[in-house]
Amino acid sequence: MAAVSPLLQTTGLQKAFGGLQAVRSVDFRLDRGEIRAIIGPNGAGKTTFVSMISGRISPTSGTVRFGGRDITRVPAYDRVALGIVYTFQIISIFRNLTVFENVALAAQRRLTTDLASALSMSRRAVAERVNTALVDVGLRDAQDQHAGSLPHGHQRLLEVAMALALEPQVLILDEPTQGLSPDEIVGLVALIRSISRNATILLIEHNMQVVLELSRRITVMDQGSIIAEGTPHEIEANPDVQRVYLGR
Amino acid sequence: MTLSVDGITCAYGEAAVLHDVSLSLAPGEVLCLLGRNGAGKTTTLKAIMGLVRPRAGSIRLDGTELTRLAAYQIPKLGIAYVPQGRGLFLFLTVEENLKMGLLVRGAGTETLGWIFELFPALKDRLRQPAGTLSGGEQQMVATARALCTNPTYLLMDEPTEGLMPMLVGRLLETIALLKNRGVGILLVEQKIDAALRVADQVVLVETGHVRYQGPPGDVTKDPELLLRYLGVRR
Amino acid sequence: MNGTRGRPALLLHLMILVALLGLQFVLPPFHHGMTARIMVLATYAIGYNILLGYTGLMSLGHAMLFGTGMYATGLAVFYLEFGAAGALLVGIVASILHSAVIGLVTLRTTGVAFLIVTMMFAQVFYLSLLYFNRVTGGDQGFILTGHLQPLHLGGLQFAFSDPAVKYNVALATFAVCLLLSLWFVRSPAGRVLVAIRDNEGRTRMLGYNTFKYKLLALVVSGGISGAAGSAYTLLFSYVGATFASILYSIYPLLWTLLGGAGTTIGPLVGTSLMTYLVDTASEWTRSYLIVVGLTLVILIMKLPTGIMGGVRARWWKWLP
Repeated sequence: MAAVSPLLQTTGLQKAFGGLQAVRSVDFRLDRGEIRAIIGPNGAGKTTFVSMISGRISPTSGTVRFGGRDITRVPAYDRVALGIVYTFQIISIFRNLTVFENVALAAQRRLTTDLASALSMSRRAVAERVNTALVDVGLRDAQDQHAGSLPHGHQRLLEVAMALALEPQVLILDEPTQGLSPDEIVGLVALIRSISRNATILLIEHNMQVVLELSRRITVMDQGSIIAEGTPHEIEANPDVQRVYLGR
Repeated sequence: MTLSVDGITCAYGEAAVLHDVSLSLAPGEVLCLLGRNGAGKTTTLKAIMGLVRPRAGSIRLDGTELTRLAAYQIPKLGIAYVPQGRGLFLFLTVEENLKMGLLVRGAGTETLGWIFELFPALKDRLRQPAGTLSGGEQQMVATARALCTNPTYLLMDEPTEGLMPMLVGRLLETIALLKNRGVGILLVEQKIDAALRVADQVVLVETGHVRYQGPPGDVTKDPELLLRYLGVRR
Repeated sequence: MNGTRGRPALLLHLMILVALLGLQFVLPPFHHGMTARIMVLATYAIGYNILLGYTGLMSLGHAMLFGTGMYATGLAVFYLEFGAAGALLVGIVASILHSAVIGLVTLRTTGVAFLIVTMMFAQVFYLSLLYFNRVTGGDQGFILTGHLQPLHLGGLQFAFSDPAVKYNVALATFAVCLLLSLWFVRSPAGRVLVAIRDNEGRTRMLGYNTFKYKLLALVVSGGISGAAGSAYTLLFSYVGATFASILYSIYPLLWTLLGGAGTTIGPLVGTSLMTYLVDTASEWTRSYLIVVGLTLVILIMKLPTGIMGGVRARWWKWLP
């Protein structure tokens, strides 16, 4: 195992907002093909941590390596091109565009290589990718609706569809089941499992049922640090986790 | 002192999203509004808060017709709202957000005391802009701000969204506590089990129609009902 | 985005161009000249609209880009004896380069800061025109009559003083820029610009280098504005600093907002309406600006997204 280099690795990753240490020196590794859950109390620094992986926030110190390459200084938009895709916890879609157009923006990014391709590309190729992504999340029937008029839970599925159309290598899902109804959660769990055949998944989630069902390893954060890491079984039994998080 | 919604119909543009919806909520009662995404739960809450004007029907509190009031007048009657997506003032600090709540009905700062008992994590965050909080913390601020108005009725749209399991438990305890203090609570929730645990009354909605209204016990015993309107299999 | 939706839009644009082509045979001389002028100014507004309407960037310095096209063309004709076609090309290239340089600096800002910074640069440009009055003619500007050779096309000569030539050159400039803008905003890059207007942070997280796209928008916008400035000079044989003043940065903003920012034909509608409004009102009263102002206030209150924006919201959902 030691010979296999991790797909994603952070070393001493740290972020301070003013005086507040949001993330303190996190060493973390993620292997190709994993579904890894990150859990922890609200405000533990989970979103800040994955934001440094996606490049949305730059770290105060420490490094992020992806496929062996140091990407700490690579801007967020280029990390997307490398295959690191983030779905927002606080929904962030193009409210005035249709569902189709939202996903098309993601799909066409994958097909953009230079200026010429940005000005003209096969509409059919874009539409095919959009269709696939929309069918996957079950929003096909809503494709002509304005994204802002979708119910909250469906906006979240739209986020997932946009991520899918980007064909991620690492997909970071930040609380994807928020606002979904129980049957939609069942559908999303199945979808995440099928995405994981082609992509590595980093999942921040509070719904423990979903976490236990999907992940083989769980990382627990509290107050900016990793306090535990292990199999679902080990984590559930961990007294610290029970105390700060599960409230048992 | 009942909050009663009587046969309201709401539409966005041409498309009707609520058809003849009625429900009533007494003080000290918890009513759970359940249904799939897009069923009309949020619109029902917005109609009560005056954020959506019903095309027909009435909404009354103590004989006051709410549909004729401006949206800003409704919180003054003692109805508080925790919107989905939180609706915080992101550039104001947590403390300022809470004070906005206190101002609505002139409640004193002593109210803050028991709110911090509920959400101790907020005490350390008072001077931080709300926009810099994590999603779950923002949810706490939104609930806390609504409680700052000392409401008689509390409308909550998926208040457990983004909360860690421990806080979900605490929020349910809070709802029970408020209920015992005589607050009437209208709760929209996707966490069905949690909702059924605190509910006195359940209303199931589907595509803008009320399909079922009754005690939670009947719902839990009827797998057909759960499957049909909520997609939950037992 | 769906292929079929493009057809009514393209048809509408072609119909507008055919109507403008036919109009020259029925218009009385005064309105004939006025329409030619409107088409050139509407071209300027089309350029402005790419940035304001489709990218969400409000500039108050576009007169500098219109002026660059105008001065580059004018100076090339006046000092270097360029022909019309060469001078037009010089005008367009100069304004594209100017936009790119300005963009590299100003696009580091957004919102109000962008507005202020573009305005500052435009002021610098305007004051430089006055300062170097020995070359530019300063306040007075200069006229090209006697310097500008007629246009040679297929063995025929077209003098710009001929109203018919004026009209059709204006129409050709307008048509090319209108169709260019239609194609551009519906291209994948154009959709990215709309995405930036809606939510720039999200667009970046979809993998787009938004700075590059905004620069592209500014260069296309500046190129079209410069082409308009260049055409204006060729058609009306005049170059003047007024056209680089703040007023000419505000005009395209008003035309675009009135006609409908973010609609391809809004600029034409806004420019026509306002030009005729000013003209009609000034016939009635000397304080015509009050009439113009009040009309604008009422129109914007009734149609906050502009005339074509309102049309799109109510009837023509497919309007690009």
